[in-house]
Amino acid sequence: MDPMIEHLRDALEKVVGFIYPNELELQWSILIVMYPYVTGLVAGAFILASLERVFNVESVKPTYRLSLLSALAFLIVAPLPLQLHLGHPFRGIEIFLTPNTSSAMAMFGFIYAWYLMAVILMEIWLDYRAEIVGWSKTEPWAPKRMFYKVLTFGVTTVTPGSRRIDDVLGRAITVIGLPSAVLLHGYVGFIFGSVKANPWWSTPLMPVIFLFSAMASGIAAVMLLYMFLTWMRNRPLDMRCLDTVAKFLLTAIIVAFTLETLETIQKAYEAEEHFDILALLVEGQLSFSLVFLQIFLGSICPIILLGLPQIFGVSDQGRKSLYAVSGVLALIGIFAMRWNVVIGGQFFSKSLRGFTTYKLQFIGREGLVAAIGVLVLAFAILAVLIRLLPPWTKDEPGRAPAAGGRAS
Amino acid sequence: MRRLDRRRFLRTALGAVVAYAASCLAAPLARAQRFFRAPPWKIRTPYWGFAVDITKCIGCGKCVDACKTENDVPREPFYFRTWVERYAIRKSGEVTVDSPNGGLDGFEPMRDEDSIVKAFFVPKLCNLCENSPCIQVCPVGATFKTEDGVVLIDRKYCIGCRYCIQACPYGTRYYHPTLKVADKCSLCYHRIKRGLNPACVEVCPTDARIFGDLSDPRSPLSRFIAENPVQVLKPAMGTQPKLAYKGLDREVR
Repeated sequence: MDPMIEHLRDALEKVVGFIYPNELELQWSILIVMYPYVTGLVAGAFILASLERVFNVESVKPTYRLSLLSALAFLIVAPLPLQLHLGHPFRGIEIFLTPNTSSAMAMFGFIYAWYLMAVILMEIWLDYRAEIVGWSKTEPWAPKRMFYKVLTFGVTTVTPGSRRIDDVLGRAITVIGLPSAVLLHGYVGFIFGSVKANPWWSTPLMPVIFLFSAMASGIAAVMLLYMFLTWMRNRPLDMRCLDTVAKFLLTAIIVAFTLETLETIQKAYEAEEHFDILALLVEGQLSFSLVFLQIFLGSICPIILLGLPQIFGVSDQGRKSLYAVSGVLALIGIFAMRWNVVIGGQFFSKSLRGFTTYKLQFIGREGLVAAIGVLVLAFAILAVLIRLLPPWTKDEPGRAPAAGGRAS
Repeated sequence: MRRLDRRRFLRTALGAVVAYAASCLAAPLARAQRFFRAPPWKIRTPYWGFAVDITKCIGCGKCVDACKTENDVPREPFYFRTWVERYAIRKSGEVTVDSPNGGLDGFEPMRDEDSIVKAFFVPKLCNLCENSPCIQVCPVGATFKTEDGVVLIDRKYCIGCRYCIQACPYGTRYYHPTLKVADKCSLCYHRIKRGLNPACVEVCPTDARIFGDLSDPRSPLSRFIAENPVQVLKPAMGTQPKLAYKGLDREVR
């Protein structure tokens, strides 16, 4: 017996009210929760990197390269949950070969390819080019030296003039990249926001909400990574950088939370045909993941915690703890938000008369292990990238313990 | 004198630009004036449609059974190309809806029958949307509309992403557990191409299901739609279903 069918037979007993018979099975499971989550991390990390490059926010410079590498690592795994989820994974390539131009999903391939090839890879290459040329000569281990040599693509000129050209090109690419990052994640929101059949998804605010929560999650992830890696390397944290990153995180969470609240108020006030079932959904199956995790723990708590240092004087150590806790809470809250959108939107029947259930599977292609595997893979790729393209120089003048005065 | 000429030239050029921009803006508005767009069934022959007479349906479930048999639909109670819903509206205003096993085995008598003001059966199937959300969202174009107006799925092409199932407002699509593709009512395309009726229409003992050609004003379907007050499901979705219902209650969604 197919375990899915067995699972659905059990689920049949747990249906509340009336649902269309085909609605018993939740079509999109935890993997499709991972997809917007991981894509959001990409967009957020890249937008943080762009702050330094385009808007000259000098203080976030220590996170610049780490943001770019994180964006690349998450971007590489972003299509994986989609691919794993397909009924016919080997036909997935058809999205590129014969895309249906009216389908939001078909556009993913193109936006993804553009973003990966034209933006992230180019920007990383231009930023590291001079160092890659250096490593291709000095790296003691031959295979690695060969790798760097290939990575130079034969361009080995490193003069002040060539560095200037790299910088101008890098800046130009970031200027293109910023709208691309916005497009990438706004588009993921559109995949859900454009489904008119589903009143929980169908709102023009969806892309904007997704975008700002993406920024929050990406900034939080890079901030935590920066804190963790600096601690691992036994270096002092650049508090000016951390304070600025935390301010951007606070802004992104406030905007995302405001938009979500606005949407909720609008829906409640208009109280259309579907309002009753959505209210029941929020009070029932989503009460924990929406009200507690997303709203309280993931939005209100970080806003308060990140807001404290803006009002009161908090010591360096205190701020570090506040930022670390807020970062973790924001990441949990935004994961809950993705869950509430993707899974929550499938709980209620389009007949607006009842609810189905969802039991998270542990193993299997659509289980919890696969979802965690996707995240672990992203961090493994990031670890390799950091090893190959270290985001920091070994001695790091100015942030070494000897110069700790500047760091605090 | 030269200054004046230049000014005049600029004024004329600016005027031309404004006039051109205005005409560009006005063009789509002028098109919008032509409110009525001829439906495809005025142009193509045949163009298939469907109607259900709710007042005739007795909820025997023969159509559901015939559909499953004819189209190899899995026998589990959560995969259906067509199903029958039972509505009961009580004196208190309470509305109960059920569809045990999609109505395939018929329906058990209801509790407390005296309190029921009205009760009726509503067969459901693909709404044959003229403006189908499922076709719109399919990333590879595996679901498509045939020349004669039927929405079909290419099983050899579907990648199994299930976006179409999410996009269907009527819940008429399901994910086939063994084929790993989306599946839905095909109006028994293999039968209608040979001049036969869809299986559900064939077995309906009360002629509650009417299949036919919308392009032919003399077809039983066209006459049924012309002679009876009919309604479609969820008209606000803008999907323009070619599945019409006679006797549709406001409680039906």
